[in-house]
Amino acid sequence: MTQLALVIDLNVCVGCHACVTSCKEWNTSGWAGTMVDQRPYDADPTGTFFNRVQMFEVGEYPKTETVHFPKSCLHCEEPPCVPVCPTGASYKREDNGVVLVDYDKCIGCKYCSWACPYGMRELDEQQKVMKKCTLCIDRITDQDLPERERKPACVLACPTTARLFGDVHDPDSEVSIAIRENGGYQLMPEWGTQPANHYLPRRKTRIQIFDDELERADNPLKKEAPLPAAEGETLDDVAY
Amino acid sequence: MHPAFSVIFLTTLIGAGQGLFMALVTGQVYSLANLLEPQDNVTFYAAGSALALVLLGFGLVAAVFHLGKPSYFLTRAWRGVTQWRTSWLSRELIALPAFMLLVFLYAVSHYANLTNPLFVIKGQIPVDVTLLLGVIGSLASLVLFVCTAMIYASVRFLQEWHSPLTVANFILFGLASGFTLAAAFSAWSDVALVGFYGVWAVIFTVLAAITRGFSMYRNGRIKHKSTLQTAIGVRHTKIRQRSMGFMGGSFNTREFFHGAGAGSVAAVKLFFVVMVFLVPVALLAASNALGSAYLPILAFAVQYVGLMAERWYFFAEAKHPQNLYYQSVA
Ligand code: SF4
Ligand code: SF4
Repeated sequence: MTQLALVIDLNVCVGCHACVTSCKEWNTSGWAGTMVDQRPYDADPTGTFFNRVQMFEVGEYPKTETVHFPKSCLHCEEPPCVPVCPTGASYKREDNGVVLVDYDKCIGCKYCSWACPYGMRELDEQQKVMKKCTLCIDRITDQDLPERERKPACVLACPTTARLFGDVHDPDSEVSIAIRENGGYQLMPEWGTQPANHYLPRRKTRIQIFDDELERADNPLKKEAPLPAAEGETLDDVAY
Repeated sequence: MHPAFSVIFLTTLIGAGQGLFMALVTGQVYSLANLLEPQDNVTFYAAGSALALVLLGFGLVAAVFHLGKPSYFLTRAWRGVTQWRTSWLSRELIALPAFMLLVFLYAVSHYANLTNPLFVIKGQIPVDVTLLLGVIGSLASLVLFVCTAMIYASVRFLQEWHSPLTVANFILFGLASGFTLAAAFSAWSDVALVGFYGVWAVIFTVLAAITRGFSMYRNGRIKHKSTLQTAIGVRHTKIRQRSMGFMGGSFNTREFFHGAGAGSVAAVKLFFVVMVFLVPVALLAASNALGSAYLPILAFAVQYVGLMAERWYFFAEAKHPQNLYYQSVA
Protein backbone atom coordinates (compact mmCIF):
# COMPACT_ATOMS: atom_id res chain seq x y z
CA MET A 1 0.00 0.00 0.00
CA THR A 2 1.11 3.52 -0.67
CA GLN A 3 1.38 5.99 2.17
CA LEU A 4 2.12 9.47 0.98
CA ALA A 5 3.72 11.76 3.54
CA LEU A 6 5.97 14.70 4.18
CA VAL A 7 9.39 14.52 5.75
CA ILE A 8 10.36 17.82 7.33
CA ASP A 9 14.02 18.53 7.94
CA LEU A 10 14.37 20.65 11.07
CA ASN A 11 18.05 20.95 10.30
CA VAL A 12 17.39 23.14 7.29
CA CYS A 13 14.09 24.87 8.06
CA VAL A 14 14.77 28.56 8.57
CA GLY A 15 11.21 29.44 9.63
CA CYS A 16 10.46 31.65 6.62
CA HIS A 17 6.72 30.72 6.43
CA ALA A 18 6.88 30.29 2.65
CA CYS A 19 5.10 26.93 3.03
CA VAL A 20 2.37 28.59 5.13
CA THR A 21 1.56 31.22 2.56
CA SER A 22 1.83 28.96 -0.47
CA CYS A 23 -0.42 26.42 1.27
CA LYS A 24 -3.04 29.04 1.96
CA GLU A 25 -2.77 30.44 -1.55
CA TRP A 26 -3.22 27.08 -3.23
CA ASN A 27 -5.83 25.60 -0.97
CA THR A 28 -8.08 28.59 -0.45
CA SER A 29 -8.75 28.62 -4.16
CA GLY A 30 -8.69 24.86 -4.69
CA TRP A 31 -10.70 21.79 -3.79
CA ALA A 32 -10.36 22.39 -0.04
CA GLY A 33 -11.28 26.08 -0.17
CA THR A 34 -12.17 28.48 0.97
CA MET A 35 -9.98 29.11 4.00
CA VAL A 36 -11.59 32.23 5.32
CA ASP A 37 -9.92 34.93 7.41
CA GLN A 38 -11.74 36.97 10.01
CA ARG A 39 -10.67 40.56 10.68
CA PRO A 40 -7.52 40.14 8.54
CA TYR A 41 -6.53 43.80 8.88
CA ASP A 42 -7.67 44.43 12.45
CA ALA A 43 -6.00 44.04 15.79
CA ASP A 44 -7.20 40.48 16.26
CA PRO A 45 -6.83 38.65 12.95
CA THR A 46 -7.63 34.95 12.74
CA GLY A 47 -8.30 32.43 10.04
CA THR A 48 -8.04 28.87 8.85
CA PHE A 49 -4.61 27.50 8.02
CA PHE A 50 -3.57 23.94 7.20
CA ASN A 51 0.05 24.59 8.02
CA ARG A 52 1.74 26.65 10.71
CA VAL A 53 5.39 27.31 11.45
CA GLN A 54 6.21 27.60 15.12
CA MET A 55 9.40 28.43 16.94
CA PHE A 56 10.90 26.79 19.97
CA GLU A 57 13.91 27.73 22.04
CA VAL A 58 15.93 24.79 23.28
CA GLY A 59 18.34 25.26 26.16
CA GLU A 60 19.24 28.16 28.42
CA TYR A 61 20.87 31.35 27.19
CA PRO A 62 23.64 31.55 26.01
CA LYS A 63 23.55 27.84 25.15
CA THR A 64 20.35 28.07 23.16
CA GLU A 65 19.26 26.74 19.87
CA THR A 66 16.29 27.86 17.78
CA VAL A 67 14.07 25.16 16.33
CA HIS A 68 11.67 26.23 13.60
CA PHE A 69 8.87 23.75 13.59
CA PRO A 70 6.42 23.45 10.68
CA LYS A 71 3.22 21.74 11.75
CA SER A 72 0.44 20.20 9.68
CA CYS A 73 -1.67 17.03 9.66
CA LEU A 74 0.65 14.03 9.91
CA HIS A 75 -1.66 11.68 7.96
CA CYS A 76 -1.40 9.08 10.71
CA GLU A 77 -1.43 5.43 9.71
CA GLU A 78 -3.70 4.75 12.70
CA PRO A 79 -5.63 8.02 12.60
CA PRO A 80 -7.61 8.39 15.85
CA CYS A 81 -9.56 11.27 14.28
CA VAL A 82 -11.29 9.05 11.70
CA PRO A 83 -13.26 6.40 13.66
CA VAL A 84 -14.79 8.99 16.01
CA CYS A 85 -16.49 10.92 13.21
CA PRO A 86 -20.25 10.25 13.42
CA THR A 87 -20.99 11.08 9.78
CA GLY A 88 -18.18 9.35 7.93
CA ALA A 89 -16.98 12.76 6.72
CA SER A 90 -13.46 12.03 7.97
CA TYR A 91 -11.75 9.23 6.12
CA LYS A 92 -8.39 7.86 5.11
CA ARG A 93 -7.91 7.18 1.43
CA GLU A 94 -7.27 3.52 0.71
CA ASP A 95 -5.07 4.13 -2.31
CA ASN A 96 -2.55 6.64 -0.92
CA GLY A 97 -3.18 6.93 2.83
CA VAL A 98 -4.11 10.63 2.79
CA VAL A 99 -6.54 11.57 5.59
CA LEU A 100 -9.31 13.82 4.28
CA VAL A 101 -12.61 15.43 5.28
CA ASP A 102 -15.64 15.36 2.99
CA TYR A 103 -16.87 18.94 3.45
CA ASP A 104 -20.34 18.04 2.17
CA LYS A 105 -20.87 15.48 4.90
CA CYS A 106 -19.22 17.21 7.89
CA ILE A 107 -21.64 18.63 10.48
CA GLY A 108 -18.98 20.67 12.27
CA CYS A 109 -19.31 18.80 15.56
CA LYS A 110 -15.55 19.18 16.21
CA TYR A 111 -15.32 15.72 17.74
CA CYS A 112 -12.47 14.71 15.43
CA SER A 113 -10.44 17.70 16.56
CA TRP A 114 -10.64 16.41 20.14
CA ALA A 115 -9.35 13.07 18.90
CA CYS A 116 -6.22 14.50 17.26
CA PRO A 117 -3.50 14.81 19.91
CA TYR A 118 -1.52 17.20 17.70
CA GLY A 119 -4.18 19.89 17.16
CA MET A 120 -3.86 19.62 13.40
CA ARG A 121 -7.54 20.16 12.57
CA GLU A 122 -9.19 23.56 12.37
CA LEU A 123 -12.88 24.38 12.04
CA ASP A 124 -13.47 26.90 9.28
CA GLU A 125 -15.34 29.82 10.81
CA GLN A 126 -17.32 30.58 7.68
CA GLN A 127 -18.14 27.18 6.23
CA LYS A 128 -18.40 25.65 9.72
CA VAL A 129 -16.82 22.39 8.63
CA MET A 130 -13.60 20.78 9.77
CA LYS A 131 -10.51 21.46 7.68
CA LYS A 132 -6.98 20.21 7.68
CA CYS A 133 -4.01 19.56 5.42
CA THR A 134 -5.00 17.51 2.37
CA LEU A 135 -1.41 17.01 1.20
CA CYS A 136 -2.73 19.05 -1.77
CA ILE A 137 -4.73 16.05 -2.91
CA ASP A 138 -5.96 18.05 -5.91
CA ARG A 139 -2.38 18.65 -7.08
CA ILE A 140 -0.72 15.34 -6.34
CA THR A 141 -3.44 13.32 -8.10
CA ASP A 142 -3.82 15.68 -11.06
CA GLN A 143 -2.54 13.78 -14.08
CA ASP A 144 -2.71 16.95 -16.18
CA LEU A 145 0.12 18.53 -14.24
CA PRO A 146 3.68 17.73 -15.28
CA GLU A 147 5.19 15.08 -13.04
CA ARG A 148 7.52 17.43 -11.18
CA GLU A 149 4.61 19.68 -10.16
CA ARG A 150 2.56 16.82 -8.70
CA LYS A 151 3.73 17.75 -5.22
CA PRO A 152 2.13 19.67 -2.34
CA ALA A 153 2.37 23.44 -2.68
CA CYS A 154 4.46 23.73 0.49
CA VAL A 155 7.09 21.33 -0.85
CA LEU A 156 7.43 23.29 -4.09
CA ALA A 157 7.62 26.59 -2.20
CA CYS A 158 10.24 25.72 0.40
CA PRO A 159 13.40 27.69 -0.51
CA THR A 160 15.67 25.46 1.60
CA THR A 161 14.25 22.08 0.54
CA ALA A 162 13.30 21.38 4.15
CA ARG A 163 10.21 19.51 2.97
CA LEU A 164 10.39 16.20 1.16
CA PHE A 165 7.36 14.41 -0.23
CA GLY A 166 6.86 10.79 -1.19
CA ASP A 167 5.73 7.29 -0.30
CA VAL A 168 7.03 6.24 3.11
CA HIS A 169 6.07 2.62 2.41
CA ASP A 170 8.44 2.38 -0.52
CA PRO A 171 11.85 1.64 1.01
CA ASP A 172 13.69 3.18 -1.92
CA SER A 173 11.80 6.46 -2.01
CA GLU A 174 13.58 9.71 -1.22
CA VAL A 175 11.56 10.09 1.98
CA SER A 176 12.23 6.55 3.23
CA ILE A 177 15.94 6.94 2.63
CA ALA A 178 15.94 10.30 4.42
CA ILE A 179 14.10 8.83 7.41
CA ARG A 180 16.40 5.82 7.53
CA GLU A 181 19.70 7.58 7.06
CA ASN A 182 19.09 10.85 8.86
CA GLY A 183 17.29 9.71 11.99
CA GLY A 184 13.71 10.54 11.00
CA TYR A 185 11.24 10.38 13.88
CA GLN A 186 7.50 10.69 14.61
CA LEU A 187 5.77 13.18 16.90
CA MET A 188 4.26 11.97 20.19
CA PRO A 189 5.02 8.28 19.56
CA GLU A 190 3.43 7.51 22.95
CA TRP A 191 -0.08 7.51 21.45
CA GLY A 192 0.52 4.83 18.84
CA THR A 193 -1.01 6.95 16.08
CA GLN A 194 1.86 6.06 13.70
CA PRO A 195 2.14 9.44 11.98
CA ALA A 196 3.15 9.04 8.35
CA ASN A 197 4.91 12.41 8.35
CA HIS A 198 8.35 12.29 9.86
CA TYR A 199 10.76 14.93 11.11
CA LEU A 200 14.50 14.92 10.65
CA PRO A 201 16.37 16.15 13.72
CA ARG A 202 18.82 19.03 13.94
CA ARG A 203 22.24 17.60 13.20
CA LYS A 204 25.78 18.87 13.71
CA THR A 205 28.71 17.80 11.56
CA ARG A 206 31.70 17.15 13.77
CA ILE A 207 35.03 15.47 13.11
CA GLN A 208 36.17 13.08 15.73
CA ILE A 209 39.82 13.65 16.60
CA PHE A 210 41.97 12.19 19.36
CA ASP A 211 44.91 13.84 21.13
CA ASP A 212 47.52 11.56 19.64
CA GLU A 213 46.32 12.55 16.22
CA LEU A 214 47.29 16.13 17.03
CA GLU A 215 50.87 15.14 17.74
CA ARG A 216 53.44 14.34 15.09
CA ALA A 217 53.67 10.60 15.45
CA ASP A 218 57.00 10.55 13.64
CA ASN A 219 58.60 13.18 15.88
CA PRO A 220 61.81 11.44 17.02
CA LEU A 221 62.00 13.54 20.23
CA LYS A 222 58.37 12.63 21.12
CA LYS A 223 57.82 16.24 22.08
CA GLU A 224 56.98 19.37 20.18
CA ALA A 225 60.07 21.51 19.82
CA PRO A 226 59.89 25.22 18.97
CA LEU A 227 59.44 25.83 15.30
CA PRO A 228 62.72 26.28 13.41
CA ALA A 229 61.62 29.84 12.62
CA ALA A 230 62.56 30.79 16.17
CA GLU A 231 66.16 29.89 15.34
CA GLY A 232 66.23 32.27 12.38
CA GLU A 233 66.04 29.82 9.54
CA THR A 234 63.08 27.77 8.40
CA LEU A 235 62.87 24.70 6.24
CA ASP A 236 61.59 26.91 3.46
CA ASP A 237 64.81 28.90 3.56
CA VAL A 238 66.91 25.87 2.90
CA ALA A 239 67.79 25.69 -0.72
CA TYR A 240 68.26 22.31 -2.26
CA MET B 1 -11.03 22.23 26.96
CA HIS B 2 -13.41 25.03 26.22
CA PRO B 3 -16.79 24.41 27.87
CA ALA B 4 -19.48 24.87 25.19
CA PHE B 5 -22.86 25.89 26.55
CA SER B 6 -24.64 23.72 24.00
CA VAL B 7 -22.96 20.63 25.44
CA ILE B 8 -23.44 21.74 29.05
CA PHE B 9 -27.20 22.13 28.47
CA LEU B 10 -27.46 18.98 26.37
CA THR B 11 -25.81 16.64 28.88
CA THR B 12 -27.44 18.07 32.01
CA LEU B 13 -30.95 18.29 30.49
CA ILE B 14 -31.05 14.81 29.03
CA GLY B 15 -29.42 13.44 32.19
CA ALA B 16 -32.25 14.85 34.30
CA GLY B 17 -34.85 13.68 31.77
CA GLN B 18 -33.44 10.16 31.73
CA GLY B 19 -33.27 10.08 35.52
CA LEU B 20 -36.86 11.31 35.85
CA PHE B 21 -38.11 8.65 33.46
CA MET B 22 -36.25 5.92 35.34
CA ALA B 23 -37.68 7.29 38.60
CA LEU B 24 -41.21 7.01 37.22
CA VAL B 25 -40.63 3.44 36.09
CA THR B 26 -39.07 2.60 39.45
CA GLY B 27 -42.21 3.92 41.14
CA GLN B 28 -44.36 1.80 38.85
CA VAL B 29 -42.35 -1.34 39.56
CA TYR B 30 -42.51 -0.72 43.31
CA SER B 31 -46.28 -0.30 43.16
CA LEU B 32 -46.50 -3.52 41.18
CA ALA B 33 -44.76 -5.26 44.07
CA ASN B 34 -47.24 -3.57 46.40
CA LEU B 35 -44.48 -1.64 48.08
CA LEU B 36 -45.97 1.71 47.06
CA GLU B 37 -49.40 3.08 46.34
CA PRO B 38 -50.22 2.82 42.61
CA GLN B 39 -50.45 6.30 41.09
CA ASP B 40 -52.80 7.79 38.56
CA ASN B 41 -51.91 6.87 35.01
CA VAL B 42 -52.66 10.23 33.49
CA THR B 43 -51.79 12.86 36.07
CA PHE B 44 -48.69 11.11 37.37
CA TYR B 45 -47.10 8.73 34.85
CA ALA B 46 -48.24 10.37 31.62
CA ALA B 47 -47.64 13.90 32.92
CA GLY B 48 -44.30 12.92 34.48
CA SER B 49 -42.99 11.29 31.33
CA ALA B 50 -44.22 14.27 29.33
CA LEU B 51 -42.04 16.42 31.60
CA ALA B 52 -39.11 14.09 30.92
CA LEU B 53 -39.82 14.41 27.21
CA VAL B 54 -39.74 18.21 27.49
CA LEU B 55 -36.30 18.07 29.11
CA LEU B 56 -35.05 15.69 26.42
CA GLY B 57 -36.51 17.95 23.76
CA PHE B 58 -34.69 20.98 25.13
CA GLY B 59 -31.54 18.86 25.24
CA LEU B 60 -32.02 18.07 21.57
CA VAL B 61 -32.41 21.76 20.79
CA ALA B 62 -29.15 22.44 22.64
CA ALA B 63 -27.49 19.69 20.58
CA VAL B 64 -28.63 21.36 17.37
CA PHE B 65 -26.73 24.47 18.43
CA HIS B 66 -23.60 22.38 18.85
CA LEU B 67 -23.55 21.68 15.12
CA GLY B 68 -21.45 23.92 12.91
CA LYS B 69 -24.62 25.51 11.62
CA PRO B 70 -28.10 24.71 13.02
CA SER B 71 -29.24 24.12 9.45
CA TYR B 72 -26.96 21.07 9.32
CA PHE B 73 -29.56 19.44 11.57
CA LEU B 74 -31.94 19.27 8.64
CA THR B 75 -29.49 18.79 5.81
CA ARG B 76 -26.72 16.62 7.19
CA ALA B 77 -27.35 15.36 10.72
CA TRP B 78 -28.98 12.17 9.44
CA ARG B 79 -25.52 11.06 8.37
CA GLY B 80 -24.59 11.10 12.04
CA VAL B 81 -26.27 7.75 12.59
CA THR B 82 -24.20 5.96 9.95
CA GLN B 83 -20.93 5.43 11.85
CA TRP B 84 -22.32 3.61 14.90
CA ARG B 85 -19.80 0.83 14.42
CA THR B 86 -16.91 3.05 15.49
CA SER B 87 -18.20 6.34 16.89
CA TRP B 88 -19.80 6.82 20.31
CA LEU B 89 -21.16 10.14 19.10
CA SER B 90 -22.96 8.32 16.32
CA ARG B 91 -24.30 5.81 18.84
CA GLU B 92 -25.64 8.65 20.97
CA LEU B 93 -27.32 10.15 17.93
CA ILE B 94 -29.22 6.87 17.57
CA ALA B 95 -29.85 6.26 21.27
CA LEU B 96 -31.27 9.72 22.01
CA PRO B 97 -34.17 9.73 19.51
CA ALA B 98 -34.83 6.04 20.20
CA PHE B 99 -35.12 6.76 23.91
CA MET B 100 -37.31 9.80 23.27
CA LEU B 101 -39.64 7.64 21.20
CA LEU B 102 -39.90 5.10 24.04
CA VAL B 103 -40.65 7.86 26.56
CA PHE B 104 -43.31 9.19 24.23
CA LEU B 105 -44.88 5.74 23.85
CA TYR B 106 -44.70 5.21 27.62
CA ALA B 107 -46.55 8.49 28.16
CA VAL B 108 -49.15 7.61 25.52
CA SER B 109 -49.73 4.10 26.85
CA HIS B 110 -50.34 5.51 30.33
CA TYR B 111 -52.54 8.23 28.95
CA ALA B 112 -54.57 5.64 27.02
CA ASN B 113 -54.74 3.42 30.11
CA LEU B 114 -53.32 0.35 28.38
CA THR B 115 -53.12 -1.55 31.64
CA ASN B 116 -54.66 -4.87 30.68
CA PRO B 117 -52.02 -7.52 31.44
CA LEU B 118 -50.49 -8.98 28.30
CA PHE B 119 -49.11 -11.94 30.22
CA VAL B 120 -48.40 -12.91 33.78
CA ILE B 121 -44.99 -13.96 35.02
CA LYS B 122 -45.05 -16.90 37.47
CA GLY B 123 -48.74 -16.28 38.13
CA GLN B 124 -47.85 -13.20 40.16
CA ILE B 125 -46.55 -10.31 38.11
CA PRO B 126 -48.97 -8.98 35.52
CA VAL B 127 -47.10 -7.36 32.66
CA ASP B 128 -48.95 -4.72 30.68
CA VAL B 129 -47.88 -2.47 27.82
CA THR B 130 -46.88 0.38 30.14
CA LEU B 131 -44.58 -1.82 32.20
CA LEU B 132 -43.03 -3.35 29.11
CA LEU B 133 -42.34 0.08 27.62
CA GLY B 134 -41.06 1.30 30.98
CA VAL B 135 -38.55 -1.51 31.32
CA ILE B 136 -37.36 -1.25 27.72
CA GLY B 137 -37.20 2.53 28.07
CA SER B 138 -35.11 2.25 31.24
CA LEU B 139 -32.65 -0.01 29.44
CA ALA B 140 -32.53 2.48 26.58
CA SER B 141 -31.91 5.22 29.12
CA LEU B 142 -28.93 3.32 30.52
CA VAL B 143 -27.60 2.78 27.00
CA LEU B 144 -27.97 6.50 26.33
CA PHE B 145 -26.10 7.34 29.55
CA VAL B 146 -23.25 5.08 28.48
CA CYS B 147 -23.16 6.51 24.94
CA THR B 148 -23.12 10.10 26.19
CA ALA B 149 -20.40 9.42 28.74
CA MET B 150 -18.30 7.33 26.35
CA ILE B 151 -18.14 10.27 23.93
CA TYR B 152 -15.85 11.81 26.54
CA ALA B 153 -14.40 8.73 28.21
CA SER B 154 -13.31 7.19 24.91
CA VAL B 155 -11.02 10.05 23.86
CA ARG B 156 -7.76 8.68 25.19
CA PHE B 157 -5.89 11.94 24.66
CA LEU B 158 -8.01 13.65 27.30
CA GLN B 159 -6.63 11.65 30.18
CA GLU B 160 -8.86 13.39 32.72
CA TRP B 161 -11.89 11.94 30.92
CA HIS B 162 -10.43 8.63 29.83
CA SER B 163 -11.67 6.63 32.80
CA PRO B 164 -14.66 4.47 33.80
CA LEU B 165 -15.32 7.10 36.47
CA THR B 166 -16.60 9.41 33.74
CA VAL B 167 -19.31 6.89 32.86
CA ALA B 168 -20.19 6.37 36.53
CA ASN B 169 -20.43 10.13 37.05
CA PHE B 170 -22.72 10.71 34.10
CA ILE B 171 -25.08 7.92 35.18
CA LEU B 172 -25.14 8.93 38.85
CA PHE B 173 -25.52 12.66 38.17
CA GLY B 174 -28.41 11.90 35.81
CA LEU B 175 -30.10 9.62 38.33
CA ALA B 176 -29.53 12.06 41.20
CA SER B 177 -31.04 15.02 39.37
CA GLY B 178 -33.82 12.85 37.88
CA PHE B 179 -34.90 11.43 41.22
CA THR B 180 -34.72 14.88 42.81
CA LEU B 181 -36.94 16.10 40.02
CA ALA B 182 -39.29 13.16 40.63
CA ALA B 183 -39.50 14.20 44.28
CA ALA B 184 -40.20 17.77 43.21
CA PHE B 185 -42.81 16.58 40.71
CA SER B 186 -44.49 14.42 43.37
CA ALA B 187 -44.52 17.31 45.81
CA TRP B 188 -45.95 19.61 43.17
CA SER B 189 -48.70 17.21 42.13
CA ASP B 190 -49.40 16.31 45.75
CA VAL B 191 -48.48 12.66 45.44
CA ALA B 192 -47.21 10.79 48.48
CA LEU B 193 -43.96 9.71 46.82
CA VAL B 194 -41.84 12.68 47.89
CA GLY B 195 -40.13 10.70 50.62
CA PHE B 196 -39.54 7.66 48.41
CA TYR B 197 -37.96 9.65 45.60
CA GLY B 198 -36.20 11.94 48.05
CA VAL B 199 -34.44 9.02 49.72
CA TRP B 200 -33.28 7.64 46.37
CA ALA B 201 -32.23 11.12 45.26
CA VAL B 202 -30.05 11.42 48.37
CA ILE B 203 -28.59 7.95 47.80
CA PHE B 204 -27.68 8.74 44.18
CA THR B 205 -26.33 12.16 45.15
CA VAL B 206 -24.07 10.61 47.77
CA LEU B 207 -22.89 7.93 45.31
CA ALA B 208 -22.21 10.62 42.73
CA ALA B 209 -20.23 12.57 45.32
CA ILE B 210 -18.09 9.48 45.90
CA THR B 211 -17.35 8.77 42.22
CA ARG B 212 -16.87 12.45 41.37
CA GLY B 213 -14.61 12.78 44.39
CA PHE B 214 -12.52 9.89 43.10
CA SER B 215 -12.27 11.38 39.63
CA MET B 216 -11.25 14.79 41.02
CA TYR B 217 -8.62 13.08 43.15
CA ARG B 218 -7.40 11.13 40.14
CA ASN B 219 -7.32 14.21 37.92
CA GLY B 220 -5.45 16.20 40.52
CA ARG B 221 -2.52 13.78 40.36
CA ILE B 222 -2.68 12.80 36.74
CA LYS B 223 0.59 12.43 34.87
CA HIS B 224 0.22 13.57 31.30
CA LYS B 225 1.76 11.29 28.73
CA SER B 226 2.81 13.95 26.27
CA THR B 227 5.46 16.56 26.95
CA LEU B 228 7.02 19.34 24.95
CA GLN B 229 9.89 16.90 24.37
CA THR B 230 7.72 14.29 22.64
CA ALA B 231 5.64 17.00 20.95
CA ILE B 232 8.55 18.29 18.89
CA GLY B 233 10.92 15.37 19.35
CA VAL B 234 13.83 17.20 20.93
CA ARG B 235 15.62 15.64 23.86
CA HIS B 236 16.37 18.51 26.20
CA THR B 237 15.04 19.38 29.63
CA LYS B 238 14.61 23.07 28.79
CA ILE B 239 12.33 23.77 25.86
CA ARG B 240 10.20 26.87 25.54
CA GLN B 241 7.87 27.89 22.81
CA ARG B 242 8.68 31.35 21.51
CA SER B 243 6.09 31.56 18.77
CA MET B 244 2.97 29.57 17.91
CA GLY B 245 3.10 30.99 14.42
CA PHE B 246 0.34 33.61 14.69
CA MET B 247 -0.89 36.28 17.06
CA GLY B 248 -4.66 36.66 16.75
CA GLY B 249 -5.71 33.20 17.92
CA SER B 250 -7.02 30.24 15.96
CA PHE B 251 -9.43 27.35 16.35
CA ASN B 252 -6.73 25.67 18.43
CA THR B 253 -6.57 28.49 20.95
CA ARG B 254 -10.37 28.85 21.13
CA GLU B 255 -11.52 25.23 21.34
CA PHE B 256 -8.96 23.78 23.73
CA PHE B 257 -8.50 26.50 26.34
CA HIS B 258 -11.18 27.63 28.78
CA GLY B 259 -9.55 31.01 29.29
CA ALA B 260 -10.51 31.28 32.96
CA GLY B 261 -7.97 31.94 35.69
CA ALA B 262 -7.02 29.31 38.24
CA GLY B 263 -9.00 31.22 40.86
CA SER B 264 -12.24 31.12 38.87
CA VAL B 265 -11.82 27.41 38.16
CA ALA B 266 -11.33 26.70 41.87
CA ALA B 267 -14.38 28.84 42.66
CA VAL B 268 -16.54 26.91 40.17
CA LYS B 269 -15.34 23.66 41.73
CA LEU B 270 -16.33 24.80 45.21
CA PHE B 271 -19.63 26.15 43.87
CA PHE B 272 -20.64 22.88 42.24
CA VAL B 273 -19.64 20.77 45.23
CA VAL B 274 -21.93 22.90 47.41
CA MET B 275 -24.77 23.16 44.88
CA VAL B 276 -24.82 19.58 43.60
CA PHE B 277 -24.14 17.64 46.78
CA LEU B 278 -24.55 19.63 50.00
CA VAL B 279 -27.51 21.95 49.47
CA PRO B 280 -29.87 19.47 47.72
CA VAL B 281 -29.27 16.80 50.36
CA ALA B 282 -29.95 19.35 53.11
CA LEU B 283 -33.08 20.61 51.35
CA LEU B 284 -34.42 17.09 50.74
CA ALA B 285 -33.82 16.20 54.38
CA ALA B 286 -35.55 19.39 55.48
CA SER B 287 -38.51 18.73 53.20
CA ASN B 288 -38.84 15.26 54.68
CA ALA B 289 -39.01 16.79 58.13
CA LEU B 290 -41.27 19.72 57.23
CA GLY B 291 -43.39 18.12 54.51
CA SER B 292 -43.00 21.20 52.34
CA ALA B 293 -44.05 21.06 48.69
CA TYR B 294 -41.56 23.70 47.66
CA LEU B 295 -38.32 22.49 49.14
CA PRO B 296 -37.91 19.53 46.71
CA ILE B 297 -38.51 21.90 43.81
CA LEU B 298 -35.89 24.24 45.20
CA ALA B 299 -33.59 21.24 45.70
CA PHE B 300 -33.90 20.33 42.02
CA ALA B 301 -33.35 23.92 40.85
CA VAL B 302 -30.22 24.24 43.01
CA GLN B 303 -28.87 20.87 41.91
CA TYR B 304 -29.48 21.62 38.25
CA VAL B 305 -27.58 24.91 38.44
CA GLY B 306 -24.82 23.04 40.28
CA LEU B 307 -24.70 20.38 37.58
CA MET B 308 -24.22 23.02 34.90
CA ALA B 309 -21.25 24.29 36.91
CA GLU B 310 -20.02 20.72 37.31
CA ARG B 311 -20.15 20.19 33.53
CA TRP B 312 -18.28 23.46 33.01
CA TYR B 313 -15.60 22.29 35.40
CA PHE B 314 -15.53 18.87 33.71
CA PHE B 315 -14.43 20.59 30.51
CA ALA B 316 -12.12 23.08 32.19
CA GLU B 317 -10.19 20.38 34.06
CA ALA B 318 -9.42 18.37 30.92
CA LYS B 319 -6.06 19.26 29.38
CA HIS B 320 -5.56 18.40 25.73
CA PRO B 321 -2.05 17.47 24.55
CA GLN B 322 -2.41 19.84 21.59
CA ASN B 323 -2.09 22.71 24.08
CA LEU B 324 1.64 21.99 24.19
CA TYR B 325 1.88 23.54 20.74
CA TYR B 326 -0.02 26.69 21.74
CA GLN B 327 1.88 28.15 24.66
CA SER B 328 3.20 31.44 23.38
CA VAL B 329 1.30 34.10 21.48
CA ALA B 330 3.68 35.42 18.85
S1 SF4 C 1 -2.30 14.37 12.61
FE1 SF4 C 1 -4.28 14.54 13.64
S2 SF4 C 1 -5.72 15.07 12.00
FE2 SF4 C 1 -3.89 14.27 11.01
S3 SF4 C 1 -4.30 12.07 10.74
FE3 SF4 C 1 -3.17 12.29 12.67
S4 SF4 C 1 -4.75 12.43 14.22
FE4 SF4 C 1 -5.77 12.81 12.26
S1 SF4 D 1 -16.37 17.91 12.71
FE1 SF4 D 1 -16.97 16.93 10.76
S2 SF4 D 1 -15.25 15.60 10.25
FE2 SF4 D 1 -15.04 16.11 12.42
S3 SF4 D 1 -16.09 14.46 13.55
FE3 SF4 D 1 -17.63 16.08 13.23
S4 SF4 D 1 -18.63 15.52 11.31
FE4 SF4 D 1 -16.74 14.32 11.38
